[in-house]
Amino acid sequence: MSERRPKDLEPVAGNGLLHRRLFLKGGAAVLGAGSLGLMTAAPAKDLPPWMGAPGRPLSGYGSRSPYEDHVRRRLLAATGADGAGGSWTPLEALEGMITPNPLHFERHHSGIPDIDPDRHRLLIHGMVDRALFFDMDALSRYPMVSRIQFIECSGNSYLAGLPRQPINDTCGVLHGLVSCSEWTGVPLSILLDEAGVDPDAGWIMAEGADAAAMNRSVPLAKAMDDALLAVYQNGERLRPEQGYPLRLFLPGYEGNMSIKWLRRIKVTAAPSMTREETSKYTDLLPDGRSLIFTYPMDVKSVITSPSPGLVLKGPGLYQISGMAWSGRGRIARVEVSADGGATWGEAALCEPVLDKAVTRFRMAWRWNGAETAILSRAVDETGAVQPTREAIIAAKGRKFAYHYNGIQAWGIDSEGQVANVYA
Amino acid sequence: MRSLTAVAAAALAAVVLAQEGPELGVEATPEQVSEWEISIEPDGEGLPPGSGTALEGEPVYTLYCFSCHGTEGQGLLNDVLVGGHGTLDGPAPLKTVGSFWPYATTVFDYIRRTMPYQEPQSLSDDQVYALTAYLLFLNGIVGEDEAMNARTLPEVRMPNRDNFILAWPPPEKQSGE
Repeated sequence: MSERRPKDLEPVAGNGLLHRRLFLKGGAAVLGAGSLGLMTAAPAKDLPPWMGAPGRPLSGYGSRSPYEDHVRRRLLAATGADGAGGSWTPLEALEGMITPNPLHFERHHSGIPDIDPDRHRLLIHGMVDRALFFDMDALSRYPMVSRIQFIECSGNSYLAGLPRQPINDTCGVLHGLVSCSEWTGVPLSILLDEAGVDPDAGWIMAEGADAAAMNRSVPLAKAMDDALLAVYQNGERLRPEQGYPLRLFLPGYEGNMSIKWLRRIKVTAAPSMTREETSKYTDLLPDGRSLIFTYPMDVKSVITSPSPGLVLKGPGLYQISGMAWSGRGRIARVEVSADGGATWGEAALCEPVLDKAVTRFRMAWRWNGAETAILSRAVDETGAVQPTREAIIAAKGRKFAYHYNGIQAWGIDSEGQVANVYA
Repeated sequence: MRSLTAVAAAALAAVVLAQEGPELGVEATPEQVSEWEISIEPDGEGLPPGSGTALEGEPVYTLYCFSCHGTEGQGLLNDVLVGGHGTLDGPAPLKTVGSFWPYATTVFDYIRRTMPYQEPQSLSDDQVYALTAYLLFLNGIVGEDEAMNARTLPEVRMPNRDNFILAWPPPEKQSGE
C-alpha cells in the first residue's frame, strides 16, 4: 500500500498542481489500480493469442513492437533537392532522457552518404606542425570518453513561437529538432595535440564527406575543450544519418556545427566564413544587422505530456511530463504552471541531471476539467531563465529563425484537447 | 606514506593516459593535403588558378543552375540568389547572395563544394569563377566583363559585410571591438 504523506496531495500552485513527491513515492499503487484485472479475470479458454502459442524466434537485431510502428519521425523534405531536409523526433511519444537511435532528429544538406569505414579517413592540417591522416582502425585505439548530451538544431522551436499565429501540430514537429544520446568517441584535443597546433591558430574548419561537403568554423577553444570525435551513439556505431562512421560532436553548440561524416579539420587563424555560418545560421535583427557565431543553445523546456494530439480523458489525476535542457550547463530547476502562468510550482527533476543533457521533469496535476493552459519554465545552473515569447520578440524582433527558446504554453479546452497557444 | 604516493602516482598516470593517444596519425604529404583541401578563406587563401566573367557565367548558369534557382537567380525550387538590397531592415527582408552574404569568396567556395546539387565538385574552376562573377553581376556588385580570379575575388566588397555583430567570443572577452 502507498505510504503517501498527506502533504503530497496538497496543492503547491494554482489549478490543481500537486506536490512533486506524489509521483516519486507512493503514486504507482493508486495509478496502477484498475489496469491489472483484464487477464487474471479472464477464463483460461479465452487466453489471448500471445499466451496460447509460442512467440516469434530470436533475432540478431531487435525490432520494436508492431503496435509502436506509428511512432515515427515526421519528415520535411526539401523540394528539388533529394535527400536534403530534416525530420523531427516525436517527443510526445517518448519518455526519459535518451532518444532511441532510429528516432534521433535529422538534418541533411545533400542526403545521407553510405560511407565504407575502411575507406574513410580524417585529415587534420593547416596551422599544425604535421598534417596527419587518421583511419577508423587507428581511431579505435585512442582513448575514448562517453557523455550523455543533447544535440539541437538551432532552428528548433521556430515553428512553436515565431509565426504570427500559433501553428497547431505535435510537440515533435514544434520542438523535435532536439535529441539526446550517449556519445562515445575520442576527444578532439588529443588528435590536435598530436598534430601540434600553431600558437597563433584560433579556429578550426570542420568538413563532412557528404555530397554537400558541409563545413563550419569552430573556435579552437571549443575544439580543445570538450569537442568529441564521436564513433558510437547509445552504445552502437553511429547511424548513417548521424554521421557514420565519424562525426564531430560539440556539446551545447548549435547542431549544424557538429559536422557529420567528418573528413577534414583545417586549423586556421580566423573563421572560414562558410556559407552555413554566414548566410544561414545568423540571426537577423530588427535594424537589419545580424548576429553571427551564436553558438550555445540557450535554456529551454517543453511539456511533452500532455501535448497536442494527446487528449485528456476527463477530469482527474494526470502526470505532467516534460524535458528541459541547456547548452550552457545543467538544469537547475523547472517550474510548471497549470493556470496560464499565474502561479508556478517546482517540478521533480529525474536523475541523472547532467551537463548539457536533456533532463526529464515530472509534476502531478489534478485537472478539474476546465479550460486552462499549462506551461513550463526552465532555469539552468548559470541562472539563465527561459524567457517568454513576448520578451524574445521585444528583444530580437521576429525576422530571425534560430535560437528561439520561449516558454511554451499548451492550451487545454474543456474536452481535454491540447493545442499550441500564445499565452 | 608509501600507499599515498602510490595512489598519487596512479592518479597522475590516469590523467596522462586520458590526455595522450597512441600517436597513430600518418603524415600527409603536401600533395595529399592539396588534393583534400577544397575550402576558401575570406582572404582568398585556397583560391585556385583560373578566371571567369559574368558573360562567361550566364550560359553555365542556364545549363546547371536555372532549373532550381530560376531566371537570373530570382529563385524557383530553391533559394533566391539575386536582389533584396535594402530590405533587411524592413518588414519583409529578402536574404540573397547580394543583399546578405558578407564575403564573395564564400560564393566560390559554396558553388564549388556543393553545386550543382546532383553532381557536386564536377565544374571546372573557370566555370565556378564565371558563375560567381555572374551572380555578383546580377546583384550589381561587379561589371559584366569583370574577371573574377584568385586576385580579384577577395577584393570584392559585399554590401552587407559590416552588418554582422559577433556573438562569439562573449562580449567581455572581445578586445578592440
